[in-house]
Amino acid sequence: MKKRFLHVLVLALILLLAACGGDSDTGGDSGTSDNGGDSSSGEGTSDGESAGEGEIVEIEYWQYHFDSKVKLIDELIEEFEEANPGIKVKHTTFPYDQYNERVAAQVPAGRGPDVINLFYGWVPRYVDSGYLQPLPQDAFPHDEIESEFFPMVEAVKLDGEYWTIPTAVRTLALFYNKDLFAEAGLDPDSPPTTWDELVEYSIALTKRDNNNRLQQAGMAWEPSQQGHHWFRDALLYQAGGQGLSDDRKTILWDSTPAGLEAFKYWLDFPTTHGVAERDFYTDDVTAFRTGHAAMNVDGSFRIGTLQNDAPNFEWATAPLPMKDHRSTQSSFWSNGITSGVEGAKLDAAVKFLQFLTTDEVMERWLDEIGELPAKESVALQDKYLNHEIYGAFMEQLPYANAHFFVDESQERDLVIQAVDRVLLQNVSPEEAFEELVEETQKLFDNYWANR
Amino acid sequence: MSKQMKSTIAYTLLILGSVIMIFPFVWMVSTSLKTALDVYTLSIFPENPTFGNYLRIFQDTLFGKWFINSIIIAVVTTLSVAFFDTLVGYIIAKFKFIGKTIIFIAILSTLMVPTEMLIIPWYLMSSQFGWVDNYWGLLFPGLMTGFGVFLMKQFMEGIPDDLLDAARVDGLGEFKIFWKIAIPQVWPAISALCIFTFLSNWNAFLWPLIVLESAEIFTLPVGLSFFASGEFESQWELIMAGATITALPLILVFFLLQRHIIKGITLTGLK
Amino acid sequence: MAETTTTTTSQPLKPKPKKRKSRLTLKQSKYLFVYSCLLLPLIFYITIRFYPTLYTFNIGFREWNILSPEKPFVGMENYVALAQDPVFRKSLWNTLIFIVFGVSGQVVIGLAIALLLQRINKFVGVFRVIYFIPYVTSIVAVSWVFRWLFMNNGIINEFLVNIGIPPQLFLNSPDQAIYIIIGTMVWQALGFQMVIFLAGLENIPKMFYEAAEVDGANSWHKFKSVTLPLLNPTIVFSVVIGSINFIQVSFTQVVNMSVNAAGGPLHSTITIVVYIYQLAFRQYSMGLASAATVILFLIVLAITIFQMKVLSRKFDY
Repeated sequence: MKKRFLHVLVLALILLLAACGGDSDTGGDSGTSDNGGDSSSGEGTSDGESAGEGEIVEIEYWQYHFDSKVKLIDELIEEFEEANPGIKVKHTTFPYDQYNERVAAQVPAGRGPDVINLFYGWVPRYVDSGYLQPLPQDAFPHDEIESEFFPMVEAVKLDGEYWTIPTAVRTLALFYNKDLFAEAGLDPDSPPTTWDELVEYSIALTKRDNNNRLQQAGMAWEPSQQGHHWFRDALLYQAGGQGLSDDRKTILWDSTPAGLEAFKYWLDFPTTHGVAERDFYTDDVTAFRTGHAAMNVDGSFRIGTLQNDAPNFEWATAPLPMKDHRSTQSSFWSNGITSGVEGAKLDAAVKFLQFLTTDEVMERWLDEIGELPAKESVALQDKYLNHEIYGAFMEQLPYANAHFFVDESQERDLVIQAVDRVLLQNVSPEEAFEELVEETQKLFDNYWANR
Repeated sequence: MSKQMKSTIAYTLLILGSVIMIFPFVWMVSTSLKTALDVYTLSIFPENPTFGNYLRIFQDTLFGKWFINSIIIAVVTTLSVAFFDTLVGYIIAKFKFIGKTIIFIAILSTLMVPTEMLIIPWYLMSSQFGWVDNYWGLLFPGLMTGFGVFLMKQFMEGIPDDLLDAARVDGLGEFKIFWKIAIPQVWPAISALCIFTFLSNWNAFLWPLIVLESAEIFTLPVGLSFFASGEFESQWELIMAGATITALPLILVFFLLQRHIIKGITLTGLK
Repeated sequence: MAETTTTTTSQPLKPKPKKRKSRLTLKQSKYLFVYSCLLLPLIFYITIRFYPTLYTFNIGFREWNILSPEKPFVGMENYVALAQDPVFRKSLWNTLIFIVFGVSGQVVIGLAIALLLQRINKFVGVFRVIYFIPYVTSIVAVSWVFRWLFMNNGIINEFLVNIGIPPQLFLNSPDQAIYIIIGTMVWQALGFQMVIFLAGLENIPKMFYEAAEVDGANSWHKFKSVTLPLLNPTIVFSVVIGSINFIQVSFTQVVNMSVNAAGGPLHSTITIVVYIYQLAFRQYSMGLASAATVILFLIVLAITIFQMKVLSRKFDY
């Protein structure tokens, strides 16, 4: 009898020991659990002896994991710490797909960053829940932001305050396969510039096999990728339509015929013109990259992969084809300060943000990561505007739109749903469009009602 | 039908099935041997086979550490689950006591809440007790499972009561009866339990990702998840190499353990 | 048995109370054993499992967007909202389809594979490994492969066109996508079911088969009167765990295989777990997600109890 309890007891003890062992590990670890950036910066502070005289302020910075971003931020932190002895920045990253879960788990536990990198479309929610504090106006005066940064940055201005500030932005442009252009007898150096040309070109670039199955798509077309952005922030405005009312409460897509016109134009690629198919080579990016789609509307963030993968064809970029007006979609990740931060930490966080928005950092951000500078004076330099690949993205920046999302994932799903209704359920584009406006308006009503 | 013919049919069916079972795996391995450029050529035999993706994983990550961490976690939880779940399953199957049904249903009901929804309270606990970023935090949720208790209960019920009573008559202590009489009877089920527990802990992703902070203590799936996917796209050749590396030890573990899905000692002296 | 106990006690002084006492000791020692063995597990389950579950249930009555420190109590509001939510109703329905087709598929085929494997004597280990391989293959990797197979211009449509059948939308079709996803899940779960059934078949004493053979039973007869009844606990386990697993695993599978990574097209593949996840971590509505979790919990509990009641047969040894 006793012996059997002994067994159980011993096991229980082992488990407890494991627990305690684990505990003591944390004690040692938690202070030093940083990424490479910090360990190297340790050297930086130790030779800047001045660190000894004042308290060392440590702030924590969060962003999602993307190799080149992590590398650059690590370098920047090192430089920042050298220039500001007494401030240490702890840099933490998570895989993009689990960013939300991580935030969700840590915030209720009272852990979390002092400076956080957020997609601009998520900012309203973070502001509403009181997670962020407004950027101090003495360090980031509004007139300065508004005169120096591109107007899209206003998407993160809520309740008269700026809550986050970006280093870099991205825009959509037309990617095209020069080899396929040449093959179809089109001039590889004069990409389509208007809506009509885009259709003409894509028809010329489409190939079908004997069974009338798509072999080469003139246009890649994927609403779930950049497609919904193309419609919402580019096509709609190009046709002369409007996005949101000034108070951001009303969806104005259907206030002019332009909205429906844009929606139909967009849907005509897979339907009327038959130059595109959803799910063709699994998605638009793969179809373009493998040379099965001749053109694609995609973001500046794709340049890096296309350069790395070096597909065996020549490609180029061009501003989005336009109708009556110019427009493109833009989006950005931006840094904000969380609400509990105050005193010396707040000063440090502000300094860090100011550092991340200097002209020099913006230029390096473009060189290393390929995202476009958020300030006009930096982006619109001749060396960038004339760049053979970045040029197309840069020149569109002044008229780029960043939709004010109240719920990024749901708004995206609604556009996809509208497309599905037309393509799969034979609903008329008019009806689907009307539903889309209605449902999106509901999300906005809901958002404003809860504020 | 002759015995010969029956076994020929069995083999034919099994071989046909094998093709379907193994094909995606083969594709995965083949993609892991391709260069980024060849990923989309979709041929089963890579044109320019390369170990470059594996080399990148070995060189650019803390692969060795993650591998060892994964082994530690999987082995410790498997031992704990095998012991406790078997014991609890045995007790529920073979004893009558107050609260038995409720305890069983309650334990089983723990399987009915998605892990995603337990992350926040678990993290709150971990943060309070200092379990964040260490082994204990990593493995505490998996030390016992409703799955194992249920599996072992079902198999323990198959043991004839007479066998256990006979042992009691012989003066064996209760724990000895469990250890010496009951366990050998359900050896196949215990082996199966070990396989599944090892596997699910080896592959565990979401909770480890949330509770771990330092790269040194990452498990393999967590570490590799940082590696190949981003906001907009995935590097499939690297993902496939990572998936292959993660799967190979499991295949080995299964290969070694599957032999034990055969009764250890034939103790059917009864009847 | 009681007599055995009395005969072994060697003090004849007060036979009656003594008898009762020694009986109690046997019972007591059993109880002692039961509860002392259950002590640690109960502590574990209460703290690590039940407490967090109750935490979630509590959130179900609150409005909480995770980021904010306040979680105001809103009563049944979340449940009302879910009841009126067509996507949630759709996810319930889909979950049911997942269970019905997925579980019957994997149990039947899994059992068939296990039986086939019992019939052969050579390469048993190799076949077991092969049939187990899908279970260890990463879902993300598998989904990618299947998306290539099933895409518009993929191999399968190629084949269909060649034999004169028009190409299908497959994952893009609101009618077909769910069954393709169920199919891949069944494919992946077969290894699991095979192992469970192999263990279950191994647990059937050979002598029952021998006895049946003496009675002149054929294969079908043996299967019906020996294998099935004696395998009953295993089948119950397979069905119950299969259902529960299917509900949970559907998450990764649906997210990786559905066209919009969120249960599309037109919510035709969304399951409750996927929806809970979206509510919690995409829309940050923890209250709604928790309420949906409670509903999921109750449904699964009901299904489980139903399955156990209907399927469990007592078999007399």
